[in-house]
Amino acid sequence: MSDVVHPVPVTTEPRGVRFLVILLVLSLVAVLLLAPLAAVFSEALADGLPAALQALAQPDARSAIGLTLLVAVITVPLNAAVGIAAAWAIARFDFRGKAFLVTLIDLPFSVSPVVAGLALVLLFGSNSTLGGWLITHDMRIVFALPGIILATLFVTFPFVARELIPVMIEQGRAEEEAALTLGASGWRAFRTVTLPNIRWALLYGVLLCNARAMGEFGAVAVVSGKIRGETTTMPIMVEMLYNEYLATAAFSLAAALALLALVTLALKSLLEWRHADLLAATRRH
Amino acid sequence: MATHRFVAPSPLPGFGLGFGITMAALSAVVLLPIAFLLGRGIALGPTELWGMVNTPRIWAALGLSFRAALIASLVNLVFGLLLAWVLVRYRFPGRRLIDAAVDLPFALPTAVAGIALTALYAPNGAFGQLLPVRVAYAEPGIWLALIFIGLPFVVRSVQPVLEELDPELEEASATLGASRAVTLRRVVLPTLTPALLTGFALALARSVGEYGSVIFIAGNLPFETEIAPLLIVIRLEEYNYDAAAAIGIAMLMISFAMLLALNLIQTGTRRRTGHA
Repeated sequence: MSDVVHPVPVTTEPRGVRFLVILLVLSLVAVLLLAPLAAVFSEALADGLPAALQALAQPDARSAIGLTLLVAVITVPLNAAVGIAAAWAIARFDFRGKAFLVTLIDLPFSVSPVVAGLALVLLFGSNSTLGGWLITHDMRIVFALPGIILATLFVTFPFVARELIPVMIEQGRAEEEAALTLGASGWRAFRTVTLPNIRWALLYGVLLCNARAMGEFGAVAVVSGKIRGETTTMPIMVEMLYNEYLATAAFSLAAALALLALVTLALKSLLEWRHADLLAATRRH
Repeated sequence: MATHRFVAPSPLPGFGLGFGITMAALSAVVLLPIAFLLGRGIALGPTELWGMVNTPRIWAALGLSFRAALIASLVNLVFGLLLAWVLVRYRFPGRRLIDAAVDLPFALPTAVAGIALTALYAPNGAFGQLLPVRVAYAEPGIWLALIFIGLPFVVRSVQPVLEELDPELEEASATLGASRAVTLRRVVLPTLTPALLTGFALALARSVGEYGSVIFIAGNLPFETEIAPLLIVIRLEEYNYDAAAAIGIAMLMISFAMLLALNLIQTGTRRRTGHA
């Protein structure tokens, strides 16, 4: 007999609507994101695991894996160092044209990677004055490792700085000022106060930077010259094998890159769950 | 005169070092190559440059690149909003997994995404043989690749704003007699507009210049499915550096004009809704 009123929450949608929207979103995620991922592995394993592993053990594939690792090992630390320097200047000081500098740091996001590669070829290629001079002095930039590194640095330039700047702005400079007052040198204040405070945001930026550095295609494709065993990174090798109709080999190498992407996502999620408070600032900006 | 100082006084050291490293790296890696590209255009002169860009094949490629990027980013605007809403507001099993999966397009190399989508949507692929329309090797394939790579931008822009949105606003709206639909349209959506626009602009900028995921699925037929970045690569392979530079400059100009327009809209909405 009791007339219990079940309050209908006014800040959410009716149950049926919620269910349908969740279903729609889940199916879209499955078709759009998860299906391609599954396709990479199923195509790679189409001829069985031994065939896939054998494809990875080919000399060209091995040199591509080595080159990709080398490029990442060189570019990611450089990028991290420049990102820290940029964040220190931007988040700790007020100077003229700061907003403009931030815009310039983000510039690579709005430039096509192919255009970035094109610009490097025009600057350092054999047709330019500088490029001609470098080549006569036996320094190849384009169609060689330095070009690949420059192209990778270009496309990954904003990654670390973008993660660090909002975190450092939010933390403020009081702690470093206190360290200086207590007699620490500037360098010591940076090492013992700033660096521990930004370490998770730094790791986050490095993770994203590394994923892009290892996976970059457009910019690297333009400057690499695609010399087999010499200037072919893993993504470039995937394209070459695919165009030669060596599907298993192409997808095996692609699966290795996809595994790397999964590791990146897992580490990133772990960071987000465990250090949500420290990373909150990077997500708000 | 303090007002004429470049940098405000601070007890912290290291401005010169940080600023110096940043400017040196930025100039060497980003600004010098871009300046050189633009310089090449200036050296050619506007008439010559226009003559090189003004060909039917280049217009077709530029039109395709910008049209496909616009379509894909609009799809991502809607899908991204839905996805962000579901991730923030609803609780269901697998939510964290979906949240992590949203970043897959950031982590997966574009060439890998390209061949995977092609394998699925090719006429004999798992999805391709079920679909009545041709996706791979046609324009819808390009849209699909660009939807894939642009997906995280809108979600990741909207999500944090939605998380901080106070439910009291919606309660107040309901108390005043608004239906849920009206509350969503008149209270929630305007609050999210700046974040939606930011995500849209980022997705658009990324998709316009995208190359790796598109070239595998596009079919690359001149006048039909040939994107502008591919045309740059083709001209470079022919050692036609001036023509490649002309297309590159055209892409830069159109991209910047587009982003500037979006920025102006953004400033307008922020002023209207009073968000900083």
